[in-house]
Amino acid sequence: MHELGIAQSIVEIAEKNARQQGAKRVLTVTVEVGVLAGVLPEALEFCFDACCRETLLEGSRLRIQQIPARARCRDCHQEYELKSFFDNCPACDSTVGDQLSGEELRIKEMEID
Amino acid sequence: MCIDCGCAGPDPHHHHDEPQLGKTVRIEEDLLAKNDRLAAGNRRLFDGHGLFVLNLVSSPGSGKTTILEKTLGDLKKKLAFAVLEGDQQTSNDADRIAATGVPSHQINTGAGCHLDAHMVGHGVEHLDLAGTDILMIENVGNLVCPASFDLGEDFKVSVLSVTEGEDKPLKYPQMFRASDVLLINKIDLLPHLRFDLEKCKEYARRIHPGIRILEISCYSGEGLEPWYQWLCEQVARKKAAQGK
Repeated sequence: MHELGIAQSIVEIAEKNARQQGAKRVLTVTVEVGVLAGVLPEALEFCFDACCRETLLEGSRLRIQQIPARARCRDCHQEYELKSFFDNCPACDSTVGDQLSGEELRIKEMEID
Repeated sequence: MCIDCGCAGPDPHHHHDEPQLGKTVRIEEDLLAKNDRLAAGNRRLFDGHGLFVLNLVSSPGSGKTTILEKTLGDLKKKLAFAVLEGDQQTSNDADRIAATGVPSHQINTGAGCHLDAHMVGHGVEHLDLAGTDILMIENVGNLVCPASFDLGEDFKVSVLSVTEGEDKPLKYPQMFRASDVLLINKIDLLPHLRFDLEKCKEYARRIHPGIRILEISCYSGEGLEPWYQWLCEQVARKKAAQGK
């Protein structure tokens, strides 16, 4: 359940930025979560609502954009989607690829009032 | 896949034309940035003392505390150790470490499932780092969450005991990918189990090709010598790098 800590981070960062902007409240927060970042979107949403209480984010909506994991094969240089950390290259079955994306964990933007 | 609607559209970033509700503010900040900043602070502190730091991670019951007890008992005349113990509740592990005569401090995470850099930063305030060669941080027994949180350590060390499944590296890839060393523990039990040691090593290398794998038993003492040798080498390397 480290989603709780992540949710607290989202609320902290969003609230800090909202205060800087002089916002009355935060309406939505958009985060990017890589599919291999080890974060469960459902758990993150659940924790987010709890963390928003009595902050400028109370009642706000969390928008989670999942980022697919991609890798480039070191042998044939083909790019492919990773379903897990240990997928072989679908073109040449090589076991070595450089991961290009999929572990993002980033607050991207928010809408404020 | 889009988690709003379950569609498998070509653009994973689509928004379903959601109505704009207010003024949009770009933030673009990493959610672990705060932990990473605090971890960098810990790392500077540790480096300043020429202190070698390990973060021990595993599932509960794999033998982390026993490995520490055995290692401290055998090496404490050679190296000055300090230990940070992480558990949700109780000081049982810190008490076991204290019995070896090595300075230790218990961090209780309460509901928390992992140690973070903030807890470790405050935890080491209870230890005399200046007189220490090596700090062992025993993380909360959990193969998931501690993988994401840098504490400022030199290396993560995963412990996997042979009473668990050999496919643990495939089931919890994040942790084994983040670890530099894998200790396969309790190998004295291998004759009694159907644990496929070679397969386990192959799985771990599939996740992390460069991982250093050591097979040990704290009960028979088998394999401990290479582990101790590695620790002594790393302490010497760290001291040399910091001119200590």
